Amino acid sequence: MEIIVCIKQVPDTTEVKIDPVKNTLIRDGVPSIVNPFDRIALEAAVQLKEKYGGRVRVITMGPPMAKEALKECLAVGADEAVLISDRAFAGADTLATSHALAAAIGKMGPVDVILCGKQAIDGDTAQVGPGISVRLGMPQITYAVKIELDGGKLKIERESETGFETHEAAMPVLVTAAKALAQPRYPTVKGTMKANRAQIPVWTAADIGADPKKIGLNGSPTQVRRVFVPPARAKGEIIRTGSAAESVALLMQKLGEAGIV
Amino acid sequence: MFELNEDQKMMQKLAREFAEKELAPGAELRDEHEEFSRPLYDAMCALGLSGICFPEQYGGAGADTLSYILAIEELCRADSGIGISLSATVSLCAWPIFAFGTEEQKIKYLAPLCEGSKMGAFGLTEAGAGTDAASQKSTAVLNGDHYILNGTKMFITNAGEAEIYIVFAMTDKTKGTRGISAFILEKGMPGFSFGKKERKMGIRSSQTMELVFKDVQVPVANLLGKEGEGFRIAMATLDGGRIGVAAQALGTAQAALDAAIRYAKERVQFGKPIAANQAISFMLADMAAKIDAARLLTWRAAALKDAGKPYSKEAAMAKMYASDTAMEVTTDAVQIFGGYGYSREYPVERFMRDAKITQIYEGTNQVQRMVIGGALLK
Repeated sequence: MEIIVCIKQVPDTTEVKIDPVKNTLIRDGVPSIVNPFDRIALEAAVQLKEKYGGRVRVITMGPPMAKEALKECLAVGADEAVLISDRAFAGADTLATSHALAAAIGKMGPVDVILCGKQAIDGDTAQVGPGISVRLGMPQITYAVKIELDGGKLKIERESETGFETHEAAMPVLVTAAKALAQPRYPTVKGTMKANRAQIPVWTAADIGADPKKIGLNGSPTQVRRVFVPPARAKGEIIRTGSAAESVALLMQKLGEAGIV
Repeated sequence: MFELNEDQKMMQKLAREFAEKELAPGAELRDEHEEFSRPLYDAMCALGLSGICFPEQYGGAGADTLSYILAIEELCRADSGIGISLSATVSLCAWPIFAFGTEEQKIKYLAPLCEGSKMGAFGLTEAGAGTDAASQKSTAVLNGDHYILNGTKMFITNAGEAEIYIVFAMTDKTKGTRGISAFILEKGMPGFSFGKKERKMGIRSSQTMELVFKDVQVPVANLLGKEGEGFRIAMATLDGGRIGVAAQALGTAQAALDAAIRYAKERVQFGKPIAANQAISFMLADMAAKIDAARLLTWRAAALKDAGKPYSKEAAMAKMYASDTAMEVTTDAVQIFGGYGYSREYPVERFMRDAKITQIYEGTNQVQRMVIGGALLK
């Protein structure tokens, strides 16, 4: 099975603070990590490889420092990694990003499965994975929680707001990973040593033959008009007085007072 | 020297991530119940930490001693008991086999230790032979193709759990230290049993027991080094072990400093956080400076070992200074926490109990001063 996993290096948002004046992220001193949903996608890919054989390649678009994120992926079981990096990619929104990644994947030869995290924890758009599938003319199954090979096709369970659905998909297919898909493993000492010695090729916009009008700022119709910090949500109240019946009575009274029921 | 390389940084990160997610959450309970967790130990080994600084041909990862030391500090920052259990396997059991073992011994005993399928221990101390390691009462008598081993060892880290033991015994009482030999024993050898489990003040998530030998037949092939080389092997092993103890002390000290900084910023008295008082911030500054000094001594000892240069004096300095620092820093952390620090609700009293042993084992700090003094005056 030829698997490509798309990852993004993101700031560790559990440690991100927002500049109260400029309304921008304070990036100084904030560690960069592999987007957690992408780690889940990678783990699922490595497990598929371990079960059915094949190869797992990881790709990301980003500045040169994104190599660190790719090394982390190599340390937990990816076989190869590719960085696409070029000033021409700067300022890309999700549309331009999916164009660039699709062009690069097109250069990587035949692929059976493309795995992405369901969304990145910095932008939270959940658009790049589906965008890649559209540009590559490939079916997509989002929010997967289970992937199995079944008679040459993939059987994929996905979660939706109403429950779980099981789909069958011919390959090639793009799948985005929900949290329950896999539990990422820790890197090993040996994997880390190997990753540190790996040569990670860097492809430019010209290398992947990307259309200059579709990448970077030129290919990005999104315009950010304003960035602001949402007001903090008031803390909820937990009613736990005496028996369950008493708690329910108090809850109903409060809901009544608030005009909700 | 002052900048870690990519491998070293990633080993530190790898160990930190594992320690924070897997070791820290249960550390308090394991201390409370004096429980060594083999599953957690095995999980550390599955990452390759037990073979980190040994060659790949024996199942190791081929990283350097400094990478190993960085990992030990991170593990001990979360739970020094389990951290030192790994250090005992690596420094005190795997290393002497690597340094003094035959090729057969390395394949049979070093490889499973590196791969993590087996755990190691080191038996030198006896009831009457602590600092005076030369007054060993344990004996090994050659009888055909076996040595017959008799005696008792005490305060042995990993005893009972470990499958492989480096044990020292007298093969010739007339020769003093030159009459001591080292042997590789396996758990389950007839006549090899375990005595009582020590009830300790600190590092309670490590297991410490007695080793009891009653006419244990040890094959001649399990003699480590030559007859009479035991004392030299023990001393060389402890030189390396001391860098591990220094790293353990660093981990405990750093954990105490981290907790003290957090608490000093949160705890409000007289309308302001106590960190706003110079009395507190100066204490924190002293703690941090001492930890950094200890860390640099420890890294230097590891770097010398990696460079193949003598490091006995430097390892003694690192162990002595890091352990004294750990005792001081953890005591100050309890002081900063005040009454809460003395309560078992907060972890700093555990750090203080954990720190004390680092001044005592693998050579008391008085012995370290003898080693340093001896090197200065020779």
